[in-house]
Amino acid sequence: MANVTLVLGALTCPSCLKKIKGALVKTKGVQDVRVLFNAGKAKIKYDSQVVTPEELSDIVKKLGYEVKQVQIQSEVG
Amino acid sequence: MHITMFYHKYNQQILWFTGILTGLGLILSHNNLLGSISAVLLIISGVIGAIPVITRALSALRYKTISIELLVTIAVIGAFVVQAYHEAAIVTFLFLLGDFLQAKTLTKTRRAIQQLSDLAPTTARVKAADGQLISVPIDQLKPGTIVAVSAGDQIPVDGKVTKGQGYATEAAITGEANYISKAVGSSVYAGTLLKDGLLEIETQVVGAESTFGKIIDLVESAQDNQSATGDFIDHFAKYYTPAVLILGIIVFLWTGNLNLAITLLVLGCPGALVIGAPVALVAGIGSAAKQGILIKGGSVTAQLAKTDTLIFDKTGTLTKGQPAVVKAITYHEPDITLLKTIYNVERHSNHPLSQAVGNYLQKQYQLATKLTGDPQVEAIPGAGLAIENNTILVGSERLLQRYNVTITPQQQANIQALSAAGHTLVLIASQGQLILALGINDQLRPEVPETLDQLRHLGIKHLVMLTGDHQASAEAMATGLDLDEVHGDLLPQDKLTWLKQYQQAGHVVAFVGDGINDSPALAQADVGIAMGNGAAVALETADMTLLQSSFTSLGRAVALSRRIHANTVQNISIAVITVAVLLSGLLFGLVDMGIGMFVHEASILIVIANASRLLRIKKASTQAASVSKVTQNNDLGGI
Repeated sequence: MANVTLVLGALTCPSCLKKIKGALVKTKGVQDVRVLFNAGKAKIKYDSQVVTPEELSDIVKKLGYEVKQVQIQSEVG
Repeated sequence: MHITMFYHKYNQQILWFTGILTGLGLILSHNNLLGSISAVLLIISGVIGAIPVITRALSALRYKTISIELLVTIAVIGAFVVQAYHEAAIVTFLFLLGDFLQAKTLTKTRRAIQQLSDLAPTTARVKAADGQLISVPIDQLKPGTIVAVSAGDQIPVDGKVTKGQGYATEAAITGEANYISKAVGSSVYAGTLLKDGLLEIETQVVGAESTFGKIIDLVESAQDNQSATGDFIDHFAKYYTPAVLILGIIVFLWTGNLNLAITLLVLGCPGALVIGAPVALVAGIGSAAKQGILIKGGSVTAQLAKTDTLIFDKTGTLTKGQPAVVKAITYHEPDITLLKTIYNVERHSNHPLSQAVGNYLQKQYQLATKLTGDPQVEAIPGAGLAIENNTILVGSERLLQRYNVTITPQQQANIQALSAAGHTLVLIASQGQLILALGINDQLRPEVPETLDQLRHLGIKHLVMLTGDHQASAEAMATGLDLDEVHGDLLPQDKLTWLKQYQQAGHVVAFVGDGINDSPALAQADVGIAMGNGAAVALETADMTLLQSSFTSLGRAVALSRRIHANTVQNISIAVITVAVLLSGLLFGLVDMGIGMFVHEASILIVIANASRLLRIKKASTQAASVSKVTQNNDLGGI
């Protein structure tokens, strides 16, 4: 399992949050998603064998949201 | 390009464009000849403005949410149907303008936390194989990597100093700007600054796992973590918005008046209601975090606003948690050789009493901190130390009796008085005579009386001290303090029992502990507040964490929590009153769609402005902070 934080542009509507979360949760290899509305971040726990941070970032971009930065954290466990 | 992104990128230009078209359209509409041009302009403006609103409404619908955008969309379409083009244009323009201003002002309320997370280090300098220092992104560091930090640099990781020395300020973590000495073996924290010196640090944890990373994560999550009231408003809005929609449909079916129905939709928008509570929370939590006060969400501020009982664990909260000599009685003026010998022994010991004695002697008699010589010592377990073939004795009364030191009745009386006052005794004797009697105790933090006063003013009715220390010692410490109850001789589970008793008696209880050994009480309390040196450890358990080891920050935290809660209540009131006024205005035929939208957007900006007040730190509290800093510095200078 690995963790990645996507730093997003400012989120202004709660439905954006649901949309992003919904799309990420459905992605294969994604274990857990936390979207922090006020901080404008998506924290994702994923299986690095199945999906890459770049693919996750692309999913968010395709929904029409800006991804400012991709922060990868070291492998956990 | 994705349409949402297009609008996001050019939102300012689109705003200007629709604004100008709407303005022109409205001016021209007064001229009968140009009426059709006016209508065209208004239609163009209305359509351009409506597109982003409609896309957002549809995307929310896909997630089964009836959003404000949907109400506006229907209203605007309705306005087109009844050919009220000016209404359509005004409403969409104002809605976009409101959105734009909201985003701008929201950024401001979010800035406090943004600034905090911007402090997180991104690169570290690592020694390469050839001895050169190279800059490496934080993500690539592993535990065990040695990083180099020079004066003026940010410390990039949590770790231990392996080489060098210097001074760091840990303001990013504690909010305190004091210089802290760092040498081989010291712990250092990511995000803090090395002000002076040169260090090599062995990496222990990096990034999100570091203390600083955890603090940021906690604050960011806390801002989304609403109080019960906030949640209620969310739920309310979830049902409220569809209710407005249904009401609009009923009105239309009943009266056949489409104009009235769509006006109702606009007036019923719950804009300020949706944003009022969260924006206060975001501003408040961000502002608190900058002062070293971590609040875990809206439920904490709401609970703390209701709190009437505050329970303190004594050691480490009311007191500094470090024993020191508080009372000294001199019977014979000690000679300098004797003092140097004792100091030399004490400073090599890790025993807290030894450190207290060593610090006291050094300070009182101005001994040099670096002494040569290695006196012969014998430790007598549970009694003290016998130095240089039993010629010097440092320890309890029992130790002195054992070596037949004469204690006069007068001295005996002094010793008893010191014990009765709750002090631990250390006696110093030389050549069969008692020279010094030292009373050692934990010290009260100097800012305690003032803060207890402040807490009373904030409406805390019961101030209670619980401690594992002896009752006599606890009571002696509490003398002169404005405490209602003092209970000593308690085991951790006894503290829990007391706490539950207060809760059963109907009190809302906050527990203040130093975070390490008080986890059960922190968890049981309505609000668990961890404070001081161990606070970073208790991030997970506590509802509120005070990173600064000062009692003043407790007063500030309670005051700020109450302000956040009050602000939330104000914002909800403003929102509810706005809707009520608008709807009654509609009943009397005083408002139309344009005015309604205007008032709505204005109310949203008002609640954001109100919340922004939380970003300003009150002058009184900063003054109190600087006072406490001065006293702390004096203490440090003295030791």
